[in-house]
Amino acid sequence: MLKTFAKGGVHPSENKLSAAEPINDLPIPPVITIPLGMHLGVAAKPIVQKGDEVKTGQLIAQGNGLVSANIHSSVSGKVLKIDKALDASGYKHDSVIIQVDGDEWLETIDLSKEISDTCTLSSKDIIQKINDAGIVGLGGATFPSHVKLSVPRGKKAKYLIINGVECEPYLTSDHALMLSKGEELLTGISILSRALRAEKTLIGIEDNKPDAIENLRKIAGKYNDISVHALKVKYPQGGEKQLIKALINREVPSGGLPVDVGTVVFNVGTAFAVYEAVQKNKPLFERIVTVTGKSLSKPSNFRVRIGTPVKDLIEAAGGLPEDTGKIINGGPMMGKAISAMDISVVKGTSGILILNKNESRRKPSEPCIRCSKCISVCPMGLEPYLLMTLSEKSLHERLERDKVMDCNECGSCSYICPSNRPLLDYIRLGKSNVGKIIRMRKK
Amino acid sequence: MNTVILYTILSLSGLGATAAIVLFFVAQKFRVKEDPRIDEVEEALPSANCGGCGFPGCRNFAEACVKSDDFEGLYCPVGGNETMRSVAKILGRDAVEQDPRVAVLRCNGSCDVRPQTTYYDGTATCVIASALYGGDTDCQYGCLGFGDCVEVCNFDALAMDLTTGLPVVNDVNCTACGACVKACPKDLFELRKRAKKDRKIYVACRNEDKGGIAKKSCEVACIGCSKCFKVCPFEAITMENNLAFIDADKCKLCRKCVPECPTNSILEIGFPPRKEKVEVATEEKKVKDPNGTVSEEIIKNKEE
Repeated sequence: MLKTFAKGGVHPSENKLSAAEPINDLPIPPVITIPLGMHLGVAAKPIVQKGDEVKTGQLIAQGNGLVSANIHSSVSGKVLKIDKALDASGYKHDSVIIQVDGDEWLETIDLSKEISDTCTLSSKDIIQKINDAGIVGLGGATFPSHVKLSVPRGKKAKYLIINGVECEPYLTSDHALMLSKGEELLTGISILSRALRAEKTLIGIEDNKPDAIENLRKIAGKYNDISVHALKVKYPQGGEKQLIKALINREVPSGGLPVDVGTVVFNVGTAFAVYEAVQKNKPLFERIVTVTGKSLSKPSNFRVRIGTPVKDLIEAAGGLPEDTGKIINGGPMMGKAISAMDISVVKGTSGILILNKNESRRKPSEPCIRCSKCISVCPMGLEPYLLMTLSEKSLHERLERDKVMDCNECGSCSYICPSNRPLLDYIRLGKSNVGKIIRMRKK
Repeated sequence: MNTVILYTILSLSGLGATAAIVLFFVAQKFRVKEDPRIDEVEEALPSANCGGCGFPGCRNFAEACVKSDDFEGLYCPVGGNETMRSVAKILGRDAVEQDPRVAVLRCNGSCDVRPQTTYYDGTATCVIASALYGGDTDCQYGCLGFGDCVEVCNFDALAMDLTTGLPVVNDVNCTACGACVKACPKDLFELRKRAKKDRKIYVACRNEDKGGIAKKSCEVACIGCSKCFKVCPFEAITMENNLAFIDADKCKLCRKCVPECPTNSILEIGFPPRKEKVEVATEEKKVKDPNGTVSEEIIKNKEE
């Protein structure tokens, strides 16, 4: 019997169209746009000016405050301007726009191909290097990794959990990484484990990726404390709390963090970025992005420089199909439609999904029939139909009491609802209102 | 048989009487003393329970009025000065008067001047749409047109104009309760001082983009050219973030800024139509001056 989380969950059709595709480098575009707020927390402060020459990997914006991250240039060239540009949020935000001129990397970056798998740095030095490299959670939440690694005093991260689940349908970027960069990945994981002084490391992978499980198991044999676990396919297993429940059978308390139950969770993409940052001195300025869709002629996995416009990715994957209904940033469950093709790939872009007109159409919402399907699929044990109504009626006190803040926005409720009710839309609204109230109360 | 009925009646009446006596004394002992003026003040209020004053309902506002010594921060926008005067009379204090205000929509990007660039098929409310993206046009500051403001208006003062896709304020019904100001996720409503005959001049735009970009996304966007700012004789116009703003308290409604605006983003409402030729108007004025009496008076004043 394969392990999985206990409560709720759904199993949408997997559609991993680009699963067998290798990772190809995408050519560098002539102009790139790097948003300054592409991580959770405060936007970074730019330290370059219009007209400055920058090299690939050079720091162009510094983390601003406690929860923030550094941003590096992903190309070499000249800073055209620092201006507002549209990003995946659908709004314009400050960005550094660079005219590309060649690809000259910073001298400090180790360009050798050899895998260096020994790390003798102290925990503090590792965290400092990760902070300098501007690494954030690449699973999608983009939480700055150095903050996560700085475990608060009095708490201990006994387990390090590595998330190779990739439960979102269509997306294959983590899968491709686990297949082609296994050695580097495992080194990155051992560095993370060293930084945390974790006793045990568990890698969770859903069993629809048997080749990745096999590959990592083979390499993990070298390490005593790292084990690879196959998990039953169920969405949203990639959610931090669900993965902890599945792997070590512990429940993160409501409003708590994984470290409250002695764990820290990192995505495989993040672990790979950590390897590159610590062993090769390479900051986070490129990532692997899946470009996929049923109508697309060549669904692929690309290694893309941060700041590349989405339209270049679609072009490289065979061009925009004629019957395109929506372009989604991320996967079909948690991703969000984008409003223009000029927006750039950022640190949190795991995939670009092209839905055709038929797939993307929202069906009209009908009255709730009290079938309670949303309750049975909610992985957090909430009552989505109730939260939606409370949010619609602005009953914020009851929303808070009914734990709306525990919602991880996985979208299982909206997916399963036979009346096509926009459950998550309203729950998200309620969450943001309640969040505002809680923040005001703290002040 | 009769005795059973009799006993029942007697015992129940006895029980009732005892309970009444007990309850009477309990009520005396634990009586909640409430200022009777609260009821009077509440009576004087419009009982719209709209929340425009910042309190959940009229009763809470009445309680706050009775407690307060000088009505600081307390004002019923729906009832206006008249209501506040009667409240002050009940409490025997001086009334605090405010200029009556009215809501205006600071966006004029109707469907024909603001081209649609994307298509939205999600939940048709402004708050949810604005959380997902900037809007279905290139202007991320403008009206989304789903009518959250119309929904919250208690006074039937807002309606959607289906041809323009924008809400329209009914000046007569608007009480400046501020419900629309809070409901609009784009912060497009402003409560402005009411002028004579409900005349108003305001910049109907909130686009903070640079001129060229703003103009591209909407024909009637403020492009931040500062022409109105320069022409205003009363310093009522301020420029911030590529956007002009007319301060209703300083504006004397001279209308000089309106023709200056190259994109027609300044609206004048409630004025009689402009005379076509400005020169004719000045000539008429000259004719009206009788035989230079004005200049004689000025000379006299100077001599004195």
